[in-house]
Amino acid sequence: MSVPVLERHTPAFSLRRVFALVRRYLYLLRGSWPRIVELAYWPTVQMLMWGFLTQFLASHSSFIAQAFGILLAGVLLWDVLFRGQIGLSISFLEEMWSRNLGHLFVSPLRPVEMIGSLVTISLLRTLIGAVPTSLFAMVFFDFSVYSMGLALVAFFFNLIFLGWAMGLAISGMVLRLGLGAESLAWAAVFALAPISGIYYPIATLPEWLQVVAWCLPSAYVFEGMRALLIDGVFDGALMLRALALNLVYFVLGALVFLRCFEAARNRALLLQIGE
Amino acid sequence: MRLAIVAAMSEPAIIAEGLAKRFDDVVAVDGIDFAVARGGVTALLGGNGAGKTTTIGMLLGLVTPSAGRIEVLGTDMLRHRHRVLGRLNFSSPYVDLPLRLTVGQNLRVYAELYGMRDAKAAVALVADRLRIAELLKRRTGSLSAGQKTRVALAKALINLPELLLLDEPTASLDPDSAGWIRDVLTAYQRDSGATILLASHNMAEVEVLADDVIMLGQGRIVDRGAPAELVQRFGRRNLEEVFLDIARGRERGLGAAE
Repeated sequence: MSVPVLERHTPAFSLRRVFALVRRYLYLLRGSWPRIVELAYWPTVQMLMWGFLTQFLASHSSFIAQAFGILLAGVLLWDVLFRGQIGLSISFLEEMWSRNLGHLFVSPLRPVEMIGSLVTISLLRTLIGAVPTSLFAMVFFDFSVYSMGLALVAFFFNLIFLGWAMGLAISGMVLRLGLGAESLAWAAVFALAPISGIYYPIATLPEWLQVVAWCLPSAYVFEGMRALLIDGVFDGALMLRALALNLVYFVLGALVFLRCFEAARNRALLLQIGE
Repeated sequence: MRLAIVAAMSEPAIIAEGLAKRFDDVVAVDGIDFAVARGGVTALLGGNGAGKTTTIGMLLGLVTPSAGRIEVLGTDMLRHRHRVLGRLNFSSPYVDLPLRLTVGQNLRVYAELYGMRDAKAAVALVADRLRIAELLKRRTGSLSAGQKTRVALAKALINLPELLLLDEPTASLDPDSAGWIRDVLTAYQRDSGATILLASHNMAEVEVLADDVIMLGQGRIVDRGAPAELVQRFGRRNLEEVFLDIARGRERGLGAAE
């Protein structure tokens, strides 16, 4: 074996390092079929429950009958936000549970490259969950979320973007506060559910809460979804506002993560954290 | 195979100046100065809480110092650690590899993180060196303590590091396994010309492996020298007795009189 074969190359930012870490998360997924099934299990159960409820309501309400897919699309899209956040946070928690952070950050891996890996694996995990569920919706309820066309792409990315921003901030906080705070990873996103207008218009909320709701990209997405499914109108302005907010939140989430990482270095937590 | 590190032999592998780490009111490392020459094995010795692990953490960039300066392989670690991290590696019983991945998967991930151009070849090389080829398909969590240590060392050698930092490399191993690990380290150091800095409680191990010993106590350097020099200076029979003198606060020379 000659030396050149093993030659190192260490650029400032390396996609190879990003995908090396993605490979680590894929190994983890591949090594456990229950983990893969779980990704699609809960969204499918939710979709079935809301689908049958919608069928029942449709027979008693002309509004629901006219826009049959609203609740189902709400369920499917909410899961994108939820899975986006949880997929990122859980992948990071895997490193804390396995006490692997010390090894990772003694390697040339940079925190921003880790963010790239976490975002990539979150996208893959979300797709693994969302695609089968959307296919089940077609089979059981003759409802295709894909009928929304390109608008679905805008909805999907605006929601997963918000999930990533939250996931990064939460991962940073768990790193800083310790695994005692890991319940944040599971619970925090649900605080957004009542004020995102998933199943009802934002106008339903008290006026002061509407102001809060319009600070969330998710509110624009679900209003946009209703506009499309009820009126057949895609409101690009709503999506642009959501995107602008998402960019702000993503940068904030990344900054929280990076600040918490530095705080963890300062307190020697990278050498100590574990189960 | 000898790495191309001979050129900079005159420059120390590690320079620490005024290195300090304080956690609130606790002083873990109290302004220490030392340099580690290239191509040798240096041991950091000290009791629990002496500051060994914190010092190694700072040298690796895992812990931010409260004060001081660190230069590793000619690079300022506080400003540009990513420039040099690919040239060093470490192993510690306090930091695990993911237990649910197989040994081969773990090593492959680290070979790629370290930017080895042929990751498979790098894994095969360390598997051969550490005699773990038959473990590559086993889950890391299913290994015995001795096997895990060999795998951890394989990860530490995956990038053919010029500087290897080892925290208690033979902790919880039986004498036979520990001896085998020492032989591997000695062979790697001899073949590659790498520098090894190790923290250990095992005095016999340090006497065998190290040609330079830094004794730490309460975050300060208490003494330093070759193992035989320290034994002679303290008037003791072996390094363990020297260690006990220092750990129990008996200063140099007093040990011989007691």
